[in-house]
Amino acid sequence: METAIEVRDLVVRRGRRTVLDGFTCVIPRGSVTGLLGPSGSGKTTLMRAIVGVQTVAAGTVTVLGHPAGSAALRSRIGYVTQAPSVYADLTVRENARYFASLYRLGAAEADAAVASVGLAAHAGQLVTNLSGGQRSRASLACAIISRPEVLVLDEPTVGQDPVLRDELWDHFRGLAADGTTVLVSSHVMDEANRCDRLLLIREGLLIADDTPAAVKRRAGTDDLDQAFLKLIRDNEQVAVR
Amino acid sequence: MILLSTVRRILTQLRHDPRTIALIIVVPTLLITLIYFMYEGQPRVFDRVALTMLGVFPFIVMFLITSIAMLRERTSGTLERLFTTPVGKLDLLFGYGIAFGLAATAQAAVAGGFAYWALGMDTAGSVGLVILIAVANAVLGVALGLLCSAFARTEFQAVQFMPLVVAPQLLLCGLFVPREDMAGWLQAISNVLPMSYSVEALTEVGVHAEPTGIMWRDLTVVVGAVVVALILGAATLRRRTA
Repeated sequence: METAIEVRDLVVRRGRRTVLDGFTCVIPRGSVTGLLGPSGSGKTTLMRAIVGVQTVAAGTVTVLGHPAGSAALRSRIGYVTQAPSVYADLTVRENARYFASLYRLGAAEADAAVASVGLAAHAGQLVTNLSGGQRSRASLACAIISRPEVLVLDEPTVGQDPVLRDELWDHFRGLAADGTTVLVSSHVMDEANRCDRLLLIREGLLIADDTPAAVKRRAGTDDLDQAFLKLIRDNEQVAVR
Repeated sequence: MILLSTVRRILTQLRHDPRTIALIIVVPTLLITLIYFMYEGQPRVFDRVALTMLGVFPFIVMFLITSIAMLRERTSGTLERLFTTPVGKLDLLFGYGIAFGLAATAQAAVAGGFAYWALGMDTAGSVGLVILIAVANAVLGVALGLLCSAFARTEFQAVQFMPLVVAPQLLLCGLFVPREDMAGWLQAISNVLPMSYSVEALTEVGVHAEPTGIMWRDLTVVVGAVVVALILGAATLRRRTA
Protein backbone atom coordinates (compact mmCIF):
# COMPACT_ATOMS: atom_id res chain seq x y z
CA MET A 1 0.00 0.00 0.00
CA GLU A 2 1.22 3.50 -0.83
CA THR A 3 2.58 5.56 2.04
CA ALA A 4 1.12 8.99 2.85
CA ILE A 5 2.99 9.83 6.04
CA GLU A 6 6.27 8.43 7.24
CA VAL A 7 7.69 9.33 10.65
CA ARG A 8 11.25 8.16 11.37
CA ASP A 9 13.01 8.35 14.75
CA LEU A 10 11.16 11.54 15.66
CA VAL A 11 12.35 13.30 18.81
CA VAL A 12 10.36 16.27 20.14
CA ARG A 13 11.16 18.14 23.31
CA ARG A 14 8.83 20.71 24.81
CA GLY A 15 10.63 22.59 27.53
CA ARG A 16 12.56 20.00 29.51
CA ARG A 17 10.17 17.20 28.74
CA THR A 18 10.85 14.78 25.90
CA VAL A 19 7.38 14.24 24.45
CA LEU A 20 8.35 11.92 21.61
CA ASP A 21 11.57 9.96 21.84
CA GLY A 22 12.50 8.16 18.64
CA PHE A 23 8.93 7.73 17.37
CA THR A 24 8.51 5.81 14.12
CA CYS A 25 5.34 5.01 12.19
CA VAL A 26 3.96 4.73 8.67
CA ILE A 27 0.47 5.78 7.62
CA PRO A 28 -0.94 4.39 4.35
CA ARG A 29 -2.72 6.55 1.79
CA GLY A 30 -6.50 6.62 1.50
CA SER A 31 -7.17 5.24 4.96
CA VAL A 32 -8.60 6.36 8.26
CA THR A 33 -5.94 5.99 10.92
CA GLY A 34 -6.89 6.46 14.53
CA LEU A 35 -4.34 7.94 16.89
CA LEU A 36 -5.34 6.77 20.34
CA GLY A 37 -3.94 7.37 23.74
CA PRO A 38 -4.57 9.19 26.98
CA SER A 39 -4.34 12.93 27.29
CA GLY A 40 -0.69 14.01 27.44
CA SER A 41 0.59 10.96 25.55
CA GLY A 42 1.98 12.98 22.64
CA LYS A 43 -0.90 12.74 20.13
CA THR A 44 -1.15 16.48 19.49
CA THR A 45 2.63 16.85 19.31
CA LEU A 46 2.83 14.10 16.68
CA MET A 47 0.05 15.75 14.66
CA ARG A 48 1.75 19.14 14.88
CA ALA A 49 4.97 17.57 13.62
CA ILE A 50 3.07 16.02 10.68
CA VAL A 51 1.47 19.32 9.65
CA GLY A 52 4.85 21.03 10.08
CA VAL A 53 4.25 23.52 12.89
CA GLN A 54 6.18 21.65 15.59
CA THR A 55 9.86 22.30 16.22
CA VAL A 56 11.53 18.89 16.16
CA ALA A 57 14.83 17.98 17.83
CA ALA A 58 15.70 15.00 15.61
CA GLY A 59 14.24 12.58 13.09
CA THR A 60 12.29 13.06 9.87
CA VAL A 61 8.62 13.42 8.98
CA THR A 62 7.75 12.90 5.32
CA VAL A 63 4.26 13.70 3.99
CA LEU A 64 3.29 12.78 0.43
CA GLY A 65 6.99 12.50 -0.39
CA HIS A 66 7.91 15.95 0.92
CA PRO A 67 9.45 16.97 4.25
CA ALA A 68 6.63 17.99 6.62
CA GLY A 69 5.94 21.71 6.60
CA SER A 70 7.38 22.35 3.12
CA ALA A 71 5.61 24.94 1.02
CA ALA A 72 4.52 22.33 -1.56
CA LEU A 73 2.38 20.63 1.11
CA ARG A 74 0.48 23.69 2.31
CA SER A 75 -2.32 23.38 -0.22
CA ARG A 76 -2.48 19.56 0.10
CA ILE A 77 -2.92 19.21 3.84
CA GLY A 78 -5.74 20.13 6.21
CA TYR A 79 -5.40 20.52 9.96
CA VAL A 80 -8.07 20.84 12.62
CA THR A 81 -6.68 21.74 16.02
CA GLN A 82 -8.22 20.45 19.21
CA ALA A 83 -9.54 23.84 20.30
CA PRO A 84 -11.60 25.12 17.34
CA SER A 85 -9.30 27.58 15.58
CA VAL A 86 -11.75 29.77 13.69
CA TYR A 87 -12.37 33.47 14.15
CA ALA A 88 -15.01 33.84 16.86
CA ASP A 89 -15.94 37.33 15.66
CA LEU A 90 -16.77 36.17 12.13
CA THR A 91 -19.76 34.20 10.94
CA VAL A 92 -19.35 30.56 9.90
CA ARG A 93 -19.71 31.58 6.26
CA GLU A 94 -17.15 34.39 6.55
CA ASN A 95 -14.67 32.03 8.18
CA ALA A 96 -15.13 29.43 5.46
CA ARG A 97 -14.83 31.99 2.68
CA TYR A 98 -11.63 33.41 4.15
CA PHE A 99 -10.03 29.98 4.42
CA ALA A 100 -11.26 29.17 0.89
CA SER A 101 -9.54 32.28 -0.43
CA LEU A 102 -6.21 31.09 0.98
CA TYR A 103 -6.41 28.16 -1.47
CA ARG A 104 -7.66 30.44 -4.25
CA LEU A 105 -11.13 28.89 -4.00
CA GLY A 106 -14.42 30.74 -4.10
CA ALA A 107 -17.66 31.12 -2.18
CA ALA A 108 -19.26 28.02 -3.75
CA GLU A 109 -16.60 25.66 -2.36
CA ALA A 110 -16.74 27.39 1.03
CA ASP A 111 -20.52 27.12 1.28
CA ALA A 112 -20.42 23.47 0.20
CA ALA A 113 -17.99 22.66 3.02
CA VAL A 114 -20.21 24.44 5.56
CA ALA A 115 -23.19 22.41 4.34
CA SER A 116 -21.25 19.16 4.46
CA VAL A 117 -20.63 19.49 8.21
CA GLY A 118 -24.32 20.25 8.80
CA LEU A 119 -23.97 23.95 9.53
CA ALA A 120 -25.86 25.37 6.52
CA ALA A 121 -28.61 26.63 8.81
CA HIS A 122 -26.07 28.43 11.01
CA ALA A 123 -23.88 29.84 8.24
CA GLY A 124 -24.85 33.43 9.04
CA GLN A 125 -24.24 33.13 12.77
CA LEU A 126 -21.15 34.47 14.52
CA VAL A 127 -18.94 31.62 15.69
CA THR A 128 -18.91 33.09 19.20
CA ASN A 129 -22.67 32.40 19.43
CA LEU A 130 -22.36 28.72 18.47
CA SER A 131 -22.24 25.74 20.83
CA GLY A 132 -18.93 23.96 21.38
CA GLY A 133 -19.83 21.13 19.03
CA GLN A 134 -20.94 23.54 16.30
CA ARG A 135 -17.72 25.49 16.68
CA SER A 136 -15.57 22.45 16.14
CA ARG A 137 -17.63 21.57 13.07
CA ALA A 138 -17.08 25.11 11.76
CA SER A 139 -13.38 24.53 12.29
CA LEU A 140 -13.62 21.20 10.44
CA ALA A 141 -15.44 22.87 7.53
CA CYS A 142 -12.55 25.28 7.06
CA ALA A 143 -10.11 22.37 6.80
CA ILE A 144 -12.00 20.37 4.17
CA ILE A 145 -12.76 23.22 1.73
CA SER A 146 -9.61 22.59 -0.28
CA ARG A 147 -10.23 18.81 -0.40
CA PRO A 148 -6.80 18.12 1.09
CA GLU A 149 -5.05 14.83 0.34
CA VAL A 150 -4.06 14.53 3.98
CA LEU A 151 -6.49 15.55 6.71
CA VAL A 152 -5.21 15.71 10.28
CA LEU A 153 -7.95 15.98 12.90
CA ASP A 154 -7.23 16.46 16.60
CA GLU A 155 -10.19 15.13 18.63
CA PRO A 156 -12.85 16.36 16.20
CA THR A 157 -15.74 14.52 17.82
CA VAL A 158 -15.40 15.85 21.39
CA GLY A 159 -18.64 17.42 22.52
CA GLN A 160 -20.66 16.22 19.54
CA ASP A 161 -23.96 14.47 20.10
CA PRO A 162 -23.98 10.76 19.21
CA VAL A 163 -25.94 11.22 15.98
CA LEU A 164 -23.58 13.92 14.75
CA ARG A 165 -20.56 11.90 15.80
CA ASP A 166 -21.86 9.05 13.71
CA GLU A 167 -22.36 11.41 10.76
CA LEU A 168 -18.86 12.85 11.14
CA TRP A 169 -17.35 9.37 11.09
CA ASP A 170 -19.36 8.52 7.97
CA HIS A 171 -17.95 11.72 6.51
CA PHE A 172 -14.35 10.72 7.34
CA ARG A 173 -14.96 7.26 5.86
CA GLY A 174 -16.33 8.89 2.69
CA LEU A 175 -13.29 11.12 2.37
CA ALA A 176 -10.97 8.12 2.77
CA ALA A 177 -12.95 6.19 0.15
CA ASP A 178 -12.25 9.10 -2.22
CA GLY A 179 -8.53 8.72 -1.54
CA THR A 180 -8.00 11.17 1.34
CA THR A 181 -5.64 10.07 4.08
CA VAL A 182 -7.35 10.82 7.38
CA LEU A 183 -5.45 10.85 10.66
CA VAL A 184 -7.80 11.35 13.56
CA SER A 185 -6.98 11.39 17.26
CA SER A 186 -9.40 10.35 19.92
CA HIS A 187 -9.45 9.02 23.41
CA VAL A 188 -12.83 7.37 22.91
CA MET A 189 -12.21 3.69 22.25
CA ASP A 190 -15.54 2.94 20.59
CA GLU A 191 -14.50 5.29 17.78
CA ALA A 192 -11.37 3.24 17.26
CA ASN A 193 -13.41 0.41 15.78
CA ARG A 194 -14.28 2.64 12.84
CA CYS A 195 -10.67 3.13 11.81
CA ASP A 196 -8.74 1.12 9.22
CA ARG A 197 -5.64 1.23 11.36
CA LEU A 198 -4.83 2.20 14.92
CA LEU A 199 -1.79 3.79 16.42
CA LEU A 200 -1.85 3.31 20.17
CA ILE A 201 0.44 5.75 21.88
CA ARG A 202 1.32 6.20 25.53
CA GLU A 203 3.91 8.50 27.05
CA GLY A 204 5.39 9.14 23.61
CA LEU A 205 5.84 5.46 22.79
CA LEU A 206 4.08 3.51 20.07
CA ILE A 207 2.40 0.53 21.75
CA ALA A 208 0.52 -0.84 18.78
CA ASP A 209 0.27 -0.12 15.05
CA ASP A 210 -2.27 -2.43 13.48
CA THR A 211 -5.88 -2.92 12.41
CA PRO A 212 -8.47 -2.80 15.22
CA ALA A 213 -9.15 -6.53 14.69
CA ALA A 214 -5.47 -7.42 14.95
CA VAL A 215 -5.03 -5.30 18.08
CA LYS A 216 -7.92 -7.14 19.72
CA ARG A 217 -6.62 -10.51 18.57
CA ARG A 218 -3.17 -9.78 19.94
CA ALA A 219 -4.60 -8.82 23.31
CA GLY A 220 -7.03 -11.74 23.28
CA THR A 221 -10.13 -9.64 23.97
CA ASP A 222 -13.02 -8.21 21.98
CA ASP A 223 -13.04 -4.96 23.89
CA LEU A 224 -10.62 -2.28 22.66
CA ASP A 225 -10.44 -0.61 26.06
CA GLN A 226 -9.32 -3.90 27.60
CA ALA A 227 -7.00 -4.55 24.69
CA PHE A 228 -5.30 -1.20 25.14
CA LEU A 229 -4.86 -1.86 28.85
CA LYS A 230 -3.36 -5.30 28.23
CA LEU A 231 -0.95 -4.02 25.59
CA ILE A 232 0.25 -1.30 27.99
CA ARG A 233 0.86 -3.85 30.73
CA ASP A 234 2.65 -6.25 28.39
CA ASN A 235 4.74 -3.34 27.20
CA GLU A 236 5.67 -2.36 30.74
CA GLN A 237 6.70 -5.90 31.60
CA VAL A 238 8.97 -5.97 28.58
CA ALA A 239 10.47 -2.71 29.75
CA VAL A 240 11.06 -4.05 33.29
CA ARG A 241 12.78 -7.16 31.97
CA MET B 1 -5.21 37.32 -3.70
CA ILE B 2 -4.38 36.24 -0.16
CA LEU B 3 -3.28 39.70 1.04
CA LEU B 4 -6.53 41.33 -0.09
CA SER B 5 -8.73 38.64 1.41
CA THR B 6 -6.78 38.93 4.67
CA VAL B 7 -7.41 42.70 4.71
CA ARG B 8 -11.08 42.03 4.05
CA ARG B 9 -11.22 39.40 6.80
CA ILE B 10 -9.68 41.76 9.39
CA LEU B 11 -12.02 44.61 8.41
CA THR B 12 -15.00 42.22 8.60
CA GLN B 13 -13.96 41.25 12.13
CA LEU B 14 -13.86 44.94 12.97
CA ARG B 15 -17.26 45.49 11.35
CA HIS B 16 -18.79 42.86 13.66
CA ASP B 17 -17.59 44.92 16.62
CA PRO B 18 -19.40 48.27 16.34
CA ARG B 19 -18.36 49.33 19.82
CA THR B 20 -14.68 49.15 18.89
CA ILE B 21 -15.37 51.11 15.72
CA ALA B 22 -17.15 53.77 17.75
CA LEU B 23 -14.24 53.97 20.19
CA ILE B 24 -11.72 54.23 17.35
CA ILE B 25 -13.63 57.05 15.68
CA VAL B 26 -15.00 58.99 18.65
CA VAL B 27 -12.35 58.84 21.40
CA PRO B 28 -9.62 60.97 19.76
CA THR B 29 -12.24 63.56 18.80
CA LEU B 30 -13.51 63.68 22.39
CA LEU B 31 -10.00 64.04 23.79
CA ILE B 32 -9.18 66.86 21.41
CA THR B 33 -12.40 68.60 22.48
CA LEU B 34 -11.22 68.18 26.07
CA ILE B 35 -7.90 69.85 25.16
CA TYR B 36 -9.87 72.66 23.51
CA PHE B 37 -11.65 73.46 26.77
CA MET B 38 -8.43 73.05 28.80
CA TYR B 39 -6.78 75.79 26.74
CA GLU B 40 -9.84 77.97 26.20
CA GLY B 41 -8.67 81.54 25.50
CA GLN B 42 -5.16 80.37 24.49
CA PRO B 43 -5.67 79.46 20.83
CA ARG B 44 -1.90 79.35 20.11
CA VAL B 45 -1.30 76.73 22.79
CA PHE B 46 -4.36 74.75 21.70
CA ASP B 47 -3.11 74.74 18.10
CA ARG B 48 0.24 73.32 19.16
CA VAL B 49 -1.03 70.70 21.63
CA ALA B 50 -3.98 69.55 19.50
CA LEU B 51 -1.73 69.21 16.45
CA THR B 52 0.66 66.99 18.40
CA MET B 53 -2.21 64.94 19.79
CA LEU B 54 -3.56 64.34 16.28
CA GLY B 55 -0.35 62.38 15.74
CA VAL B 56 -0.21 60.73 19.15
CA PHE B 57 -3.77 59.39 19.58
CA PRO B 58 -3.85 57.26 16.42
CA PHE B 59 -0.47 55.83 17.40
CA ILE B 60 -1.69 54.76 20.85
CA VAL B 61 -5.03 53.37 19.70
CA MET B 62 -3.59 51.41 16.79
CA PHE B 63 -0.72 50.06 18.89
CA LEU B 64 -3.18 48.67 21.43
CA ILE B 65 -5.68 47.26 18.94
CA THR B 66 -3.02 45.59 16.85
CA SER B 67 -1.10 44.01 19.68
CA ILE B 68 -4.28 42.52 21.13
CA ALA B 69 -5.58 41.37 17.70
CA MET B 70 -2.28 39.67 16.86
CA LEU B 71 -2.06 38.11 20.29
CA ARG B 72 -5.53 36.68 19.73
CA GLU B 73 -4.35 35.09 16.49
CA ARG B 74 -1.56 33.45 18.44
CA THR B 75 -3.58 32.27 21.43
CA SER B 76 -6.71 31.14 19.57
CA GLY B 77 -4.74 28.75 17.37
CA THR B 78 -5.76 30.52 14.16
CA LEU B 79 -2.15 31.62 13.58
CA GLU B 80 -0.91 28.04 13.87
CA ARG B 81 -3.62 26.91 11.50
CA LEU B 82 -2.86 29.69 9.00
CA PHE B 83 0.75 28.53 8.94
CA THR B 84 -0.39 25.11 7.66
CA THR B 85 -2.06 26.90 4.70
CA PRO B 86 -0.45 28.77 1.78
CA VAL B 87 -0.58 32.09 3.72
CA GLY B 88 2.73 33.98 3.76
CA LYS B 89 4.01 35.87 6.79
CA LEU B 90 3.95 39.10 4.80
CA ASP B 91 0.32 38.49 3.79
CA LEU B 92 -0.52 38.54 7.48
CA LEU B 93 1.69 41.45 8.53
CA PHE B 94 0.71 43.66 5.62
CA GLY B 95 -2.89 42.49 5.98
CA TYR B 96 -2.97 43.91 9.49
CA GLY B 97 -0.95 46.97 8.45
CA ILE B 98 -3.33 47.84 5.61
CA ALA B 99 -6.59 46.99 7.40
CA PHE B 100 -5.79 48.94 10.56
CA GLY B 101 -4.11 51.64 8.46
CA LEU B 102 -7.47 52.18 6.76
CA ALA B 103 -9.19 52.35 10.15
CA ALA B 104 -6.54 54.86 11.26
CA THR B 105 -7.17 56.99 8.18
CA ALA B 106 -10.84 57.24 9.09
CA GLN B 107 -9.91 58.06 12.67
CA ALA B 108 -7.40 60.77 11.71
CA ALA B 109 -9.77 62.28 9.15
CA VAL B 110 -12.62 62.56 11.65
CA ALA B 111 -10.47 63.88 14.51
CA GLY B 112 -8.54 66.24 12.22
CA GLY B 113 -11.66 67.49 10.47
CA PHE B 114 -13.36 68.12 13.79
CA ALA B 115 -10.34 69.98 15.22
CA TYR B 116 -10.10 72.25 12.18
CA TRP B 117 -13.71 73.00 11.47
CA ALA B 118 -15.47 72.71 14.81
CA LEU B 119 -12.71 73.75 17.22
CA GLY B 120 -11.01 76.30 14.99
CA MET B 121 -7.57 74.69 15.06
CA ASP B 122 -5.21 76.61 12.83
CA THR B 123 -2.05 75.49 11.04
CA ALA B 124 0.05 77.30 8.47
CA GLY B 125 0.37 74.15 6.36
CA SER B 126 -2.35 72.01 4.81
CA VAL B 127 -4.86 69.70 6.50
CA GLY B 128 -3.94 66.93 4.08
CA LEU B 129 -0.33 66.84 5.32
CA VAL B 130 -1.48 66.71 8.95
CA ILE B 131 -3.67 63.72 8.20
CA LEU B 132 -0.92 62.06 6.15
CA ILE B 133 1.50 62.33 9.09
CA ALA B 134 -1.19 61.15 11.53
CA VAL B 135 -1.82 58.07 9.37
CA ALA B 136 1.92 57.35 9.11
CA ASN B 137 2.06 57.53 12.89
CA ALA B 138 -0.92 55.18 13.20
CA VAL B 139 0.72 52.67 10.86
CA LEU B 140 3.83 52.95 13.04
CA GLY B 141 1.60 51.99 15.98
CA VAL B 142 0.32 48.98 14.00
CA ALA B 143 3.85 47.86 13.13
CA LEU B 144 5.14 48.20 16.71
CA GLY B 145 2.00 46.47 18.00
CA LEU B 146 2.62 43.49 15.70
CA LEU B 147 6.20 43.33 16.92
CA CYS B 148 5.40 43.66 20.63
CA SER B 149 2.66 41.02 20.52
CA ALA B 150 5.42 38.47 19.94
CA PHE B 151 6.77 39.18 23.42
CA ALA B 152 3.45 38.88 25.23
CA ARG B 153 1.89 35.58 26.23
CA THR B 154 -1.34 37.00 27.63
CA GLU B 155 -3.51 40.02 27.06
CA PHE B 156 -2.48 41.29 30.50
CA GLN B 157 1.12 41.36 29.35
CA ALA B 158 0.20 42.89 25.99
CA VAL B 159 -1.46 45.94 27.54
CA GLN B 160 1.60 46.44 29.76
CA PHE B 161 3.62 47.09 26.63
CA MET B 162 1.56 50.20 26.04
CA PRO B 163 3.13 52.32 28.83
CA LEU B 164 6.51 50.80 28.01
CA VAL B 165 6.40 51.67 24.32
CA VAL B 166 4.14 54.73 24.29
CA ALA B 167 4.94 56.71 27.45
CA PRO B 168 8.67 57.36 26.83
CA GLN B 169 7.93 58.44 23.26
CA LEU B 170 5.18 60.79 24.44
CA LEU B 171 7.30 62.28 27.25
CA LEU B 172 10.39 62.80 25.10
CA CYS B 173 8.79 63.89 21.82
CA GLY B 174 9.09 67.59 22.61
CA LEU B 175 5.52 68.23 23.71
CA PHE B 176 6.25 68.72 27.43
CA VAL B 177 9.82 70.02 27.22
CA PRO B 178 11.29 71.30 23.94
CA ARG B 179 13.80 68.71 22.74
CA GLU B 180 16.63 71.22 22.53
CA ASP B 181 16.17 72.10 26.26
CA MET B 182 16.59 68.47 27.41
CA ALA B 183 19.75 67.03 28.94
CA GLY B 184 22.07 65.57 26.31
CA TRP B 185 21.36 61.94 27.15
CA LEU B 186 17.60 62.52 27.06
CA GLN B 187 18.00 64.15 23.64
CA ALA B 188 19.97 61.13 22.50
CA ILE B 189 17.11 58.83 23.56
CA SER B 190 14.59 61.17 21.99
CA ASN B 191 16.58 61.02 18.74
CA VAL B 192 16.08 57.26 18.39
CA LEU B 193 12.35 57.29 19.19
CA PRO B 194 10.27 57.49 16.00
CA MET B 195 7.48 59.57 17.54
CA SER B 196 9.91 62.49 18.01
CA TYR B 197 10.08 62.70 14.23
CA SER B 198 6.35 62.54 13.62
CA VAL B 199 5.76 65.27 16.21
CA GLU B 200 8.49 67.42 14.65
CA ALA B 201 6.93 66.85 11.22
CA LEU B 202 3.53 67.98 12.54
CA THR B 203 5.12 71.06 14.13
CA GLU B 204 6.69 71.91 10.79
CA VAL B 205 3.27 71.77 9.13
CA GLY B 206 1.95 73.94 11.95
CA VAL B 207 4.36 76.82 11.31
CA HIS B 208 5.20 76.60 7.59
CA ALA B 209 2.71 77.15 4.80
CA GLU B 210 4.63 74.88 2.41
CA PRO B 211 5.98 71.39 3.21
CA THR B 212 9.59 71.74 4.38
CA GLY B 213 12.62 69.54 3.85
CA ILE B 214 12.70 68.71 7.57
CA MET B 215 9.08 67.55 7.37
CA TRP B 216 9.79 65.19 4.45
CA ARG B 217 12.92 63.90 6.20
CA ASP B 218 10.94 63.24 9.40
CA LEU B 219 8.17 61.49 7.49
CA THR B 220 10.79 59.32 5.80
CA VAL B 221 12.23 58.40 9.21
CA VAL B 222 8.76 57.37 10.43
CA VAL B 223 8.10 55.26 7.33
CA GLY B 224 11.58 53.73 7.72
CA ALA B 225 10.75 52.83 11.34
CA VAL B 226 7.54 51.15 10.09
CA VAL B 227 9.52 49.04 7.62
CA VAL B 228 12.10 48.05 10.25
CA ALA B 229 9.36 47.12 12.77
CA LEU B 230 7.55 45.02 10.13
CA ILE B 231 10.75 43.18 9.19
CA LEU B 232 11.48 42.49 12.86
CA GLY B 233 7.84 41.44 13.25
CA ALA B 234 8.21 38.98 10.36
CA ALA B 235 11.28 37.56 12.07
CA THR B 236 9.28 36.89 15.24
CA LEU B 237 6.57 35.01 13.33
CA ARG B 238 7.59 31.40 13.20
CA ARG B 239 5.82 28.70 11.28
CA ARG B 240 7.26 26.15 13.69
CA THR B 241 6.97 26.60 17.44
CA ALA B 242 8.03 24.49 20.41
